[in-house]
Formats: sequence, C-alpha cells, structure tokens
Amino acid sequence: MTASSDLRRTALHGEHVGLGGRMVPFAGFEMPVQYAGILKEHDAVRHRAGLFDLSHMGQFVLEGEQVAPWAETLTINAVASMKPMQARYNIFCNPQGGAHDDTIFYRLENRWLLVVNGANADKMWAHLNANLAEGVKLHNLHGRNALIAIQGPKAIAMLQGHIDIDLASVKYYFCAEGNVYGRPAVVARTGYTGEDGFEIFCAGDHAGEIWRGLLRDHREAGLEPCGLGSRDVLRLEAGMPLYGHELTEEITPVQAGLQWALKTAKPEFIGRNSLIEQLAKDEYRRIVGLVMSGRTPAREGYPVFFSGSLAGEVRSGSLAPSVENKNIATALVDRDAATVGTKLEVEVRGTKHEATVVATPFYKRQK
Amino acid sequence: MSQTDNLLFSKEHEWVKIDGDVATVGITDYAQHSLGDIVYVELPRAGKQIDQFSNIGVVESVKAVSDLFTPIGGEVTEINGALEADPAALNRDPYGNGWLFKVRMNDVDQKNNLLSPADYEKIAVD
Repeated sequence: MTASSDLRRTALHGEHVGLGGRMVPFAGFEMPVQYAGILKEHDAVRHRAGLFDLSHMGQFVLEGEQVAPWAETLTINAVASMKPMQARYNIFCNPQGGAHDDTIFYRLENRWLLVVNGANADKMWAHLNANLAEGVKLHNLHGRNALIAIQGPKAIAMLQGHIDIDLASVKYYFCAEGNVYGRPAVVARTGYTGEDGFEIFCAGDHAGEIWRGLLRDHREAGLEPCGLGSRDVLRLEAGMPLYGHELTEEITPVQAGLQWALKTAKPEFIGRNSLIEQLAKDEYRRIVGLVMSGRTPAREGYPVFFSGSLAGEVRSGSLAPSVENKNIATALVDRDAATVGTKLEVEVRGTKHEATVVATPFYKRQK
Repeated sequence: MSQTDNLLFSKEHEWVKIDGDVATVGITDYAQHSLGDIVYVELPRAGKQIDQFSNIGVVESVKAVSDLFTPIGGEVTEINGALEADPAALNRDPYGNGWLFKVRMNDVDQKNNLLSPADYEKIAVD
C-alpha cells in the first residue's frame, strides 16, 4: 500500500478537505471518494447537479501537422475525420488487441487535448513517446492542469451564468474555449455519468476559483460536490466502461462491446489484426450487463455460472438507485451465456444467486 | 445519559447490550459512518451457534464488503428481519432500529473481553 506521503494532491485538495471529503488513494492521488454520501451525491447528479474534481486524470497536449495521421496508427477509432472542437472516445490497444487505455481526444483550433485515465497516465506518456513521429509534439499537463466536471439536468443552466460561451450551441461531444469566472478554460460537453453536463479543463491555479464559485452560487439550488464513489455508480448505470474492469490489457474493446468505436477500415493500427480475427471467430468471452434477482450485491471477481458450469466472472457491481434500486453488474462471460434474457448465477461467498443478462446501458436519461 | 452508556464494545466496532443472558448486537455509529451508505447485510440464521469474535456475516456499503464479527458467543435467537428491506437503518439508527441480532450467551463472562464506552471512544477516532 502506498504511504499517504507518496500521494499527489490536486489543486483542489484543500477544498475537498474543507468540504469534509473522505480522501482515499486513487491513481497515485489523494482523491475524495465521497462527501455527504454516495447515494446522496448520486441523487444530486440524476436530479440536480454534481461537481467533480477529476484532476487526477492525465491531460496531454498534442501539437503539430502530423497529430491526426500519427494518432490513427495508435488507436482503434477515427481521428483525422474529427471536426475542429469535436471530442471523440478512442482506445489505444496493444498488439494482441487488449486495451492499453481508453481516452478522449479533443480537437481544438490549433492543438489537440488527449485525456487519459489517471492510473494509466505514466504508461500512456511512455507509450506515446515510444511511438513518437516527426511533426508531433507532446506536452504532459498531468497533475498541473485541473479538470472539473459539472453534471446533471441543472448543470448547463448553472454554468451558463459564469462563462462567455453560449453553452446551448455546444453540441454533445463538442467543446469550446472561453473564460469561466474570468479564467481561461476549455469546456467540453462530455462526461461519465449518463447526464448532460460539461467538463472544464483549466490551469490548476485557476481551479479553486471556479470550484468555489460554482458551489457558492449554486449549492442552494442543489449543486453538490461529488466523489469518485458516486461517479462509479453513475457510470456503471450508464453502461460506460471503466478501465481496469471492463477494459484491461487482456480485455479487448471487442470483448467490451465497443465495436462502434472500432474502425477496421483504417489500414493500419496497433491491435488491428488481432481485433479483426477475434471479431471473425466470434468465440471470445464478452462483457454483459447483469441484474441480480435478489438483494445480494455482485462484486468484482465473483464467479458466474451458466447451466451449472463456470462461465465467467463479475467485473463491476453496485446497487443501482436509477435501476429500480436493484443490484447491477457487468460480467465477462462465455458467448453462449451472453444472450439478453439468459439466466445466470453469481456465486457470492459460496452461495449461488440468480442474475439475468440485460441490454446496456442500464439507465438512459430522458431527453 | 447517552445512548451508548449501557453498551459494551468490541475493537471491531460492534456494540452489545446485555439483558440477563441475552445480548443484542449492532455496529457502532463510528462503523456505520466509516462504511458509508449500507446496502446489504448478511446475518447468521436464528438457531446457529456462534463463537465470540468469529466472522459471522457481512455488511456491504455501495463500494465495499466488510466482514462482520460477533462481539459475543452463543446461540442466535433472533435477527433483525427489517434490515433486509431497509439496510439503511444501520446508518440512520445504529444503536436502535439498526440492531443486527440477539444471542443467548453461553458464557456471560465473555463480556469481560469487551470494552467500556470510555475505552471504545479512544479507539473510535479517525
């Protein structure tokens, strides 16, 4: 276990402590797992708005004429076709097709922003540098730049009063550059909760003003600081993969059901042949959504059985307030156990509990 | 008088209220606060013999599974069935409606292995 003295702190560390956040080690940082409680924070995001510090995530700036063609060779999704100010989910794979990391590219006017998982930031920085091409320059802002997310049905109305951009004109998975509380920021209509909202990328030195400003001006209307605990429940309900769970160096994007992001028409990229072969054979274990029939939560690593035989394991699990308060999970299971409607069993402390394969996402917001 | 004055405590953050040879068991306010939102409780069945300080169940919060130890040994006589539908009672009222189970004690002297409220207070700190 990492001693707390080895942990890094985000620019908002003092804010979290002041708000009573429970700080835990996460991705090498001391991060708030919760403030008022995971269920209260979950409720705020689904019905009002929540504010998240995601400054532990890796932010890399990519510059140069060759960024798009270079990035095409390292990722499974299309990069060059992105429009200015567009954001796109993308995955870097290893030669076997396993996921090195899942990321978002943001194409700004004169540069690109690549956001990687905090726990993978060092690995990804090394990977990008090891594969560097002429005409591409990389800048590592991990731990220096901050990332604040405001998510929920009231998020856009709350943010609008403090920014010189018409937020309604920024479409889903697009971004804009402007000033939030007078401080320069990139704001992107992206998120990891299943709700509408924005992510605000700014200098660490400016993060405190934006964080405090939003809470000061909107807490009364229901904006709540939210930790990584509620974020995990929100993303699981929304059917979004979490690296280390639904995607790993061993679990490929094909297995994770992310074929929509896989552009096999691209002539060359790391992992391409393995992924095409895996898709064609169609024998792979795959990620499914499960709903438990009873009250017992399924947790990561629990064995999953189909017709009495071991068929896979749980990868994530939680109580899901937005799914009729049922226990939901993802599991990596054999192909014949993966059809929607199939009854499976999850073994919890030696006892088998019924679960049903369901389509994901578990939760979809009303638009 | 505080609601913990008549209770004894274990180092594992359970409380015991002794009434004759019957002990009522629960988790402490410190424990429920550390766990966060409790979503599931697994308890021994009534009739089961359990040993003092043995692992007899689990308490699960949204994020974590925690083992539950019994601060006292004996035969389980009753479990708090209301917790199945409302595990959050452990958060709201750990010393009242959030009680876990009752035990008919084998050995009343086992209470000498437990902590007084004052001694427990010293270990229940962040």
